Amino acid sequence: MALDVSVDLCGISLRNPLVLASGIWGSCAETLVRVGRAGAGAVTAKSCSLEPRQGHPNPTVLDWGHGLINAIGLSNPGAWEEKRILQRAAVGLKEMGVPLIASVFAETIVSFQRTVEIIAQAEPDLIELNISCPNVEDEFGRPFALDPIMAAKVTAAVREVYKGILSVKLSPNVPDIVQVARAVEKAGADLLTAVNTLGPGMVIDVHAGRPVLSNKVGGISGAALRPIAVRCVYEITQAVSIPVIGMGGVLTGEDAMQMLMAGATAVGIGSALYYYGEAAFMRILGELEELMVQEGYSSIKEFRGCAHG
Amino acid sequence: MADGLHRVFPLMRRVEEGKVGATLIFDGELKAQPGQFVMVWLPGVGERPFSVVDDAPLTLTVARVGPFTRALTALQEGERVWIRGPFGRPFPLRQGSAILVAGGSGVASLAFLAKRLCEKRTEPLVILGARTEANFMLTWFFERMGLCPLLATDDGSKGWQGTAVERLEALSQPWRELIYGCGPERMLRALASSAVRHGALCWLSLERVMKCGIGVCGHCHCGDQLVCRDGPVFSAEEALRLWRLEARDNPQIADREDSERYP
Ligand SMILES: Cc1cc2nc3c(=O)[nH]c(=O)nc-3n(C[C@H](O)[C@H](O)[C@H](O)COP(=O)(O)OP(=O)(O)OC[C@H]3O[C@@H](n4cnc5c(N)ncnc54)[C@H](O)[C@@H]3O)c2cc1C
Ligand SMILES: Cc1cc2nc3c(=O)[nH]c(=O)nc-3n(C[C@H](O)[C@H](O)[C@H](O)COP(=O)(O)O)c2cc1C
Ligand code: FES
Repeated sequence: MALDVSVDLCGISLRNPLVLASGIWGSCAETLVRVGRAGAGAVTAKSCSLEPRQGHPNPTVLDWGHGLINAIGLSNPGAWEEKRILQRAAVGLKEMGVPLIASVFAETIVSFQRTVEIIAQAEPDLIELNISCPNVEDEFGRPFALDPIMAAKVTAAVREVYKGILSVKLSPNVPDIVQVARAVEKAGADLLTAVNTLGPGMVIDVHAGRPVLSNKVGGISGAALRPIAVRCVYEITQAVSIPVIGMGGVLTGEDAMQMLMAGATAVGIGSALYYYGEAAFMRILGELEELMVQEGYSSIKEFRGCAHG
Repeated sequence: MADGLHRVFPLMRRVEEGKVGATLIFDGELKAQPGQFVMVWLPGVGERPFSVVDDAPLTLTVARVGPFTRALTALQEGERVWIRGPFGRPFPLRQGSAILVAGGSGVASLAFLAKRLCEKRTEPLVILGARTEANFMLTWFFERMGLCPLLATDDGSKGWQGTAVERLEALSQPWRELIYGCGPERMLRALASSAVRHGALCWLSLERVMKCGIGVCGHCHCGDQLVCRDGPVFSAEEALRLWRLEARDNPQIADREDSERYP
């Protein structure tokens, strides 16, 4: 029985459902191409902003035992340089038929529009909006992703200036992720990416008597995030009709199958690269295929969303 | 078990290294191999990568180049540092006699390699390069093992006048040996091209600015490799390929000086 692991993401064809998540290995063209060569179905670049950002000082990322905690601080070279990086990556990825996803964040709606306009010139297959960053126009500087109205406003504003395929990346740190998902869908998103890191969390070194991360708090990813991410994807896909790239703690083929059964169309892989390097992709794909054979599935659509009953 | 977190090491002894830095010998062991590095955290100051000079007791050699290295080399005995690691791939140990070529603080990882080679009774030839006499570090470490490093200074104040690579090239048959290099990138580029031209087996330890140190963030990329995870040790051929990749995309990098790190 021939297995078909390809998926269709808003008309973009992926040879397999595994997508490199934003912020892991994605800050240069060559590493993006390398991940494509290693078997990823698609790759996402590191999130970029209009102006370059240094990010937080070290320590920025820790393995705390059950996953990672990070406060990189969205360091990036700015939109103009990112455009060049994406253009170079696209050349290598196109040869292999691996779609390229760009990721954009900003602290104001206008700046979201402007950054997307620049990044769009690199013609990525898809642009993802990382709205988990503070909105400086909000009275409390809350992230856009925490407020369905603000999330929808950003989406609609970007929709005006960008006609390509648009994803909005949701935060799990909300009481009702469905509300945000619905608002963003209505505002014109073509798909959703869910979820970003959980928290923030904190790790205190008891000998130093202080938080280890220089930013004190950071986002939780990896195994600890998985059950929450799966629940988020399940709830979202029940409520919206656009596809979802599900991510959060996917380290094995079984984890990937959980995401797909929860209703995801594709599956993001981030922290797994800490444990397995780029070999994570073939490893997880191999395990997924093996499980499909065991369970008698020959294509992904046969079990996508089956957990909804 | 959260072994990705920091372990505390009290400073047992500090040895001044000329005018440029210090060697820190800690109370405790951290199993590592030559070429690997650790991330050193000083709460409130920052966290930076340093090569392991010895693992029992854990020893680091630090050149003062900025705020973090100033704070680290000013530690008093009994004060503590926080360390996670070791990370990265070590120097491959091959059968045969070896020449170690170090520039500036690059001497750190090669000192550890020299120790391991001496333990296997294959004493290496060591060449140390520095700007000037006062900048040499760890010469005592080699001498303690019975090795007499060849010295080279840019200003001729000690030993051969010229670079460590020029000193190497002045030897009669250097390219028949296994060559290990660590130091400023300009030196490593010269070493790599010569070694490859002569068909020598050569490994280099590269440096890039590191954030996570564990192969996640992608910050330390050189070409398509991550120095913290895939390196810091690369073969000379691989290093040349990575520099070509980097230069193709960022022409300004090719002639970047490492004057900041190697004053
Ligand atoms: C794998 C590796 C092994 C190293 N081993 C040693 C060693 O054994 N002994 C030694 O003295 N030095 C070593 N270094 C260099 C050392 O990490 C830097 O000198 C130190 O980070 C400087 O910090 P600073 O605050 O004193 O200086 P700063 O003023 O912050 O920086 C001075 C220069 O140090 C380098 N640097 C700064 N931040 C980082 C960073 N996060 N990661 C890497 N480099 C940085 C940059 O080139 C910068 O221009 C190593 C670096 C790497 C990557
Ligand atoms: C070190 C690190 C950096 C990240 N940077 C970004 C980023 O720049 N933009 C973004 O949208 N998500 C970023 N993320 C979140 C991931 O894309 C992903 O949503 C999250 O880590 C959950 O997936 P995982 O458990 O597979 O890692 C980052 C995660 C990590 C661990
Ligand atoms: S420093 Fe983060 S990947 Fe190397």
